[in-house]
Amino acid sequence: MAEPASAGTWMQSFLAALAGPVIFIGRVASIVPLMRQRKQLRLRETAYYLDLCGAKSLPIVLAICFLMGLVMAVNGEIQLSKVGQEIFVVDLVGFAVLKEFGPLMVALIATGRAGSAFAAEIGTMKVDEEISALATMGIRPEAYLVLPKLLAMLLALPVLTVFGDAAGILGGMVIGVTSMDIPIAAYWSRTVESLDYMTFLLGAAKSFAFAVVITLAGCYYGFVTRADAQGVGRAATSAVVASIFLVVIVDVIITILYSFIGY
Amino acid sequence: MESGEKTEILVEDLSIGYGSNVLMEHLNFEVKSGEIFCIMGGSGCGKSTLLKHIIGLYLPLRGDILIEGESIVTADESRKRAIMRRFGVTYQGGALFGSMTVAENVALPLQEYTDLSRDEIAKRVEEKLKLVDLSGFGDYMPSELSGGMRKRAGLARAMALDPRLLFFDEPSAGLDPITSADLDRLILRMRERFGSTIVVVTHELDSVFTIADRVIMMDKKARTIVASGDPVELRDHCPNRLVRAFLTRDGLKREMRDVDVREVE
Ligand SMILES: Nc1ncnc2c1ncn2[C@@H]1O[C@H](COP(=O)(O)OP(=O)(O)OP(=O)(O)O)[C@@H](O)[C@H]1O
Ligand SMILES: [Mg+2]
Repeated sequence: MAEPASAGTWMQSFLAALAGPVIFIGRVASIVPLMRQRKQLRLRETAYYLDLCGAKSLPIVLAICFLMGLVMAVNGEIQLSKVGQEIFVVDLVGFAVLKEFGPLMVALIATGRAGSAFAAEIGTMKVDEEISALATMGIRPEAYLVLPKLLAMLLALPVLTVFGDAAGILGGMVIGVTSMDIPIAAYWSRTVESLDYMTFLLGAAKSFAFAVVITLAGCYYGFVTRADAQGVGRAATSAVVASIFLVVIVDVIITILYSFIGY
Repeated sequence: MESGEKTEILVEDLSIGYGSNVLMEHLNFEVKSGEIFCIMGGSGCGKSTLLKHIIGLYLPLRGDILIEGESIVTADESRKRAIMRRFGVTYQGGALFGSMTVAENVALPLQEYTDLSRDEIAKRVEEKLKLVDLSGFGDYMPSELSGGMRKRAGLARAMALDPRLLFFDEPSAGLDPITSADLDRLILRMRERFGSTIVVVTHELDSVFTIADRVIMMDKKARTIVASGDPVELRDHCPNRLVRAFLTRDGLKREMRDVDVREVE
């Protein structure tokens, strides 16, 4: 059995494990100024990823958020009926969807769709030596491969979140109208009354952070893919696991920050 | 064609590897202008790794690599880019970008390194595709090509900027003998037409004797170069019996089979 690692060696291996991602983030950060040059943006690629992570994800986002709204309303009704305050289901669903579940569900779907695809794509390119070929052509692989994805995700996730929010509220409304006999008009006006723009904006703002985290994790695991038979599959798996973990961590941090400004 | 006296690539006391896994040590050799230089050695001994060091993709564990007198190891980002611009590299599997057509693949280095107009680039691309006998395949996707065609498309892309230095990583691996002989002819044609200096990693004896002016042979266990020189000379007169065996088809079958080159001598 291995000797129990002392705090020193534990710290060392922790730092060593951190070095790769930190260097990678540094390289990506160093190319962000390139975003000002149109040539570097590679609009065709960006459009492709916009389609992949945006348009193609819309149906599943709508379906999942709608069902989440539904489920939340059912559970809310069970609890709030104990105190005879079923109308607050409207507030509960609206607030939770806008601030938490809309952005979060969109991020998790994007992890499964886009994050894993990024890792597999870059991983395959690494194994096929296409990354080396890019470098010898004087193209920075990070700029060429990460920027279009990052840009597409930054555009797609907030938009998807708006759609997800709407679908979630609609889900709540279906329960409100059918099971709780709240008229549609009343449900809607209560929704508008109980929510403010800030809740919506703060929720949607999270999706920018999620977009960055998911893209970086996906691309990072693609770049460190090992050139063996399982390499690409493992890269995709690692990207998804790391993204989910990081999205939740980022969500916690943002929630704490929001609490300082009273939300 | 005789090789010039100018040294194009100089490798000095080079050690290469990945982290603590040292593959080769104390490599010393030079490649002269206009020469076709072959790197040989068993599978997994580090030939591709050596090639990637020479073209500046990896940093060596120690030692230096000079390209026309300038170190690619210590060059800064922009100098490195300037040196790399003179290279044309074809990779073991072609390394074409799967999301682009063949023509777009060939056009990419031109878009990156030059200010040529769209029309000029298209003209250049057509010219290069013709050079490798792929005229008319510009609109194909790489996945629609055969292995040999993919390698030739890779060569067209490597030739896009009229490089002075061409690198091939196992151009004939996975190809039938006739296709691989075609590639050899193509390599010779490149030198004739453009006077390029060419470095080829290969196992193929036929290729070696057809194209190589000089070879080095690396050995995995010795972790360094065990022989270098003219291939015919080495086959007939090398003191190392296993090197001679390696260079004769039957001798190779009889004697090689994972025997360490050092142990025999
Ligand atoms: N990126 C890498 N990271 C760590 N080890 C690597 C990496 N690439 C290659 N290796 C290891 O280095 C050794 C040499 O690999 P290399 O690809 O240079 O061999 P090669 O001589 O080109 O073999 P082949 O004839 O099969 O192409 C192998 O054992 C391989 O496992
Ligand atoms: Mg190789």
